[in-house]
Amino acid sequence: MNLFDLLRQPWPWYVAGPIIGLTVPLLLLAGNKMLGISSSLRHVCAICFPGDVSFLKYNWKEQLWNIFFAAGLLIGGFIGGVLLKPVTPMPLSEATTKTLNSFGISNTQPLLPTEIFSWAHLFTWQHLLIVIGGGFLVGFGTRYGNGCTSGHGIFGLSTFQWPSLVAVILFFASGILTSHFILPLLLK
Amino acid sequence: MKKKNFLFLLLGVIFGITLIKSDAVSWFRMQEMFRFQGFQMYGIFMTAIPTAAISLFIIRKFKIKTLDGEPVKIIKKKFHLGFIFGPIIFGIGWALTGTCPGPIYVQIGSGLSIAILTLLSALAGTWVYSYLKPKLPH
Repeated sequence: MNLFDLLRQPWPWYVAGPIIGLTVPLLLLAGNKMLGISSSLRHVCAICFPGDVSFLKYNWKEQLWNIFFAAGLLIGGFIGGVLLKPVTPMPLSEATTKTLNSFGISNTQPLLPTEIFSWAHLFTWQHLLIVIGGGFLVGFGTRYGNGCTSGHGIFGLSTFQWPSLVAVILFFASGILTSHFILPLLLK
Repeated sequence: MKKKNFLFLLLGVIFGITLIKSDAVSWFRMQEMFRFQGFQMYGIFMTAIPTAAISLFIIRKFKIKTLDGEPVKIIKKKFHLGFIFGPIIFGIGWALTGTCPGPIYVQIGSGLSIAILTLLSALAGTWVYSYLKPKLPH
């Protein structure tokens, strides 16, 4: 098997986890930057439509590294999702597949369920609530809580910051409850 | 400064490839995680966090400096009430969209045009928070 075939396969957690973890020291060594991605949303707001909002008036030019990092994620998505697209995707657990099938989601292979996240199926109030409402809450909640899965979950926890532990426990608990009780209501 | 931005871009590229190749940007994988039916996401967190923590320990122990020769410094986040309300709100959005902010960019890059809508909604959420910030409990 050549290197290309090897990279093209789905990556197991014990390969991905350490690479993600190493991003923390590498960003610090590159210029004392603290891993966090949700801040990029604030910078985009500050650059494009600051309006008369004081929280969006700051010297975003000092935070440009974060925009470059986010741009890297876009490119990484193209390389990983298009150029290195796997022949056989990583299987989803049988239990999850069964549950999702019962919600009317039959194809569990690409990244997003096409029954919800596609232009053809978007325009029902439930689906709009999931995509637009959900996206809104991601943007609102991460800024209100001062971080997301990377900023609190990876960076905050690995630097032993207790406020991040509080945040991680709460967004995880909230996600569990939503997945079990709110999502089924919107899909049935 | 400008040269260094390419370094941040490169780190983003590696981070993005890793997220998508390990399925960490998959809506299905998030549901599997929230339902405790698979190990992939837990495995990622349980190896990423110690890797970062051990690397930081080594940096401190050997007083390794940044590329500019400065000491590595970490600014701690100060707790306020937003650390309670914010994550609860974010968690709902995370489970519905199956994505946190990072994966939105990765999904767009992989050619999912609908993720642009998720990004615009997240930007709207960030803007509205910024606007309401003086009125919200912190």
